[in-house]
Amino acid sequence: MTVEVIKPGLLITPQDLGRAGFAHLGIGRAGAFDVPAFRLANALAANARDACALEMTLLGPTLRFHCDARIAVAGAPLPMQIDGADQPMWSPLFIRAGQTLTFGAMRSGSRTYLAVQGGFDFEPVLGGRSLDVNAAIGPLGRPLHAGDVLAVREAGNGKRETKAHWSIDPRPWFDTESPLRLLPATHTHLLDAESREALFSQAFQVGNDSNRVGVRLCGAQLRLARPVELISEACVAGTLQLPPSGEPIALGVEHPVSGGYPRIGQIAVVDLPRLAQRRPGDALRFAPCTLEQAQRALRERERQLREMERLIATRLKHDA
Amino acid sequence: MSGFIAEPLSEDALLLRFGDSIDPAINARVHAAAARLRAANLPNVSDIAPAYASLLIRFDPLTWVDASEKNPHACLLAAVEPLLRDPGAAPVSAAESRIVEIPVCYGGEFGPDLDEAARRAQLDAREFIVRHTAADYSVAMLGFAPGFPYLLGLDPILHVPRRPVPRTRVPAGSVAIGGAQTGIYPRELPGGWQIIGRTPSILFDAAREPPCVLAPGDRVRFRAIDGDEFAVLAKT
Repeated sequence: MTVEVIKPGLLITPQDLGRAGFAHLGIGRAGAFDVPAFRLANALAANARDACALEMTLLGPTLRFHCDARIAVAGAPLPMQIDGADQPMWSPLFIRAGQTLTFGAMRSGSRTYLAVQGGFDFEPVLGGRSLDVNAAIGPLGRPLHAGDVLAVREAGNGKRETKAHWSIDPRPWFDTESPLRLLPATHTHLLDAESREALFSQAFQVGNDSNRVGVRLCGAQLRLARPVELISEACVAGTLQLPPSGEPIALGVEHPVSGGYPRIGQIAVVDLPRLAQRRPGDALRFAPCTLEQAQRALRERERQLREMERLIATRLKHDA
Repeated sequence: MSGFIAEPLSEDALLLRFGDSIDPAINARVHAAAARLRAANLPNVSDIAPAYASLLIRFDPLTWVDASEKNPHACLLAAVEPLLRDPGAAPVSAAESRIVEIPVCYGGEFGPDLDEAARRAQLDAREFIVRHTAADYSVAMLGFAPGFPYLLGLDPILHVPRRPVPRTRVPAGSVAIGGAQTGIYPRELPGGWQIIGRTPSILFDAAREPPCVLAPGDRVRFRAIDGDEFAVLAKT
């Protein structure tokens, strides 16, 4: 039960839902950046929602399967073929031992997930199978290289090929255009009047040096009305920090657990997938949002996601 | 024990702020609060992480809602406040904390900035080392990188400013000073602090349980060792 990496793509990392519970030791969560796409890939591969899958960035890999496997791919759209034949995303697929799965470059967006039934079988590190690239914690301790051989867990419920061809509608789950909802944060009120205005009127541009640690937003210099001296405090994914350059950084899933820059906003959790999918050069706008609205939106999204996971599971059972 | 401001950081995070300065008394209250919240074993709370003057609580916002759909932060805070209100329980005193000894080989190739730091402190290198090993430190928080301890207790004479241009690579085990703070680099990292020595202790190892030698609230003493002892300890 193995998959061999022929070409590694740009940045392919094993991910699950992240390792919680270690923030007090300076260890972050990591985990899939676009959680709904990751969960739906797992659902379509008949996995539990936290099974280890591969997160691809901008350019996918070429993989040779040494076992029959049910697989699924969800996230940013990219061409994919099995032995040269085009395959649909957001769909349960079957691949045979000896076949090659080839991915191209993403047409838009930044991150796509490949799930394999049973999940990739890495030894957990600190309770998780997600790679924190920056801290070098997790499976392999580094992104995938050519020649890596990845073990896949034996799946209990068989691997019969299904003839059914269906896919789910990706539109609710992939978005690179809508504004991101932004909650006020500790130091939002300290922005000068012009910057407060610019925060919501300006289209920022995603910087080239953006990654899983943070997304740099260029195009507007924001400033505080007066300087503040801050001591290090906890950060979370989605925190919008303002470093001295004046160009805000939206923290990603590999953010440092603490930081000392002013926090000028907090991206709603429900919109972290949209942050994950912005690529360098993309425009990014913010829309003001209250904590209550963000909580409601998150609950509603979770309801829809669970409903979709349930529908997929039912359909897969029916197909079998 | 009470006397904090609660601030929602995000839909799934609450920050309790006990002050706004680097102050051992405030930090001790943070650790005492962290200990009580850990002991209470609140359901669906994943992280309780102390910083200098604040405490992060990460929780599942989908479960911390009551029947009236009151907001999750209010629900959590209602559970947290009684735990921190009781005036009877004193904060964890220093005597109850663990003391961890960290051996350090000062100066030379392991501490390239020792002479410069000593010059700024108007001490000779030997006196600088004596003062650095004499103090009783406490781990205010871990951050920056996995297992990186921010230590309180640095002798004010030893406060030296950061390097104007940070190094792109500071070796693992480097013991360094940045302004009023002293810390230890658990692995090779970029950094702007003045490097005065190196420890052979492995501060962080993900395969070890626990992964970090130091935990928040621990007390730390540095012990000066020579190059020979460093070599011996590095092998064990």
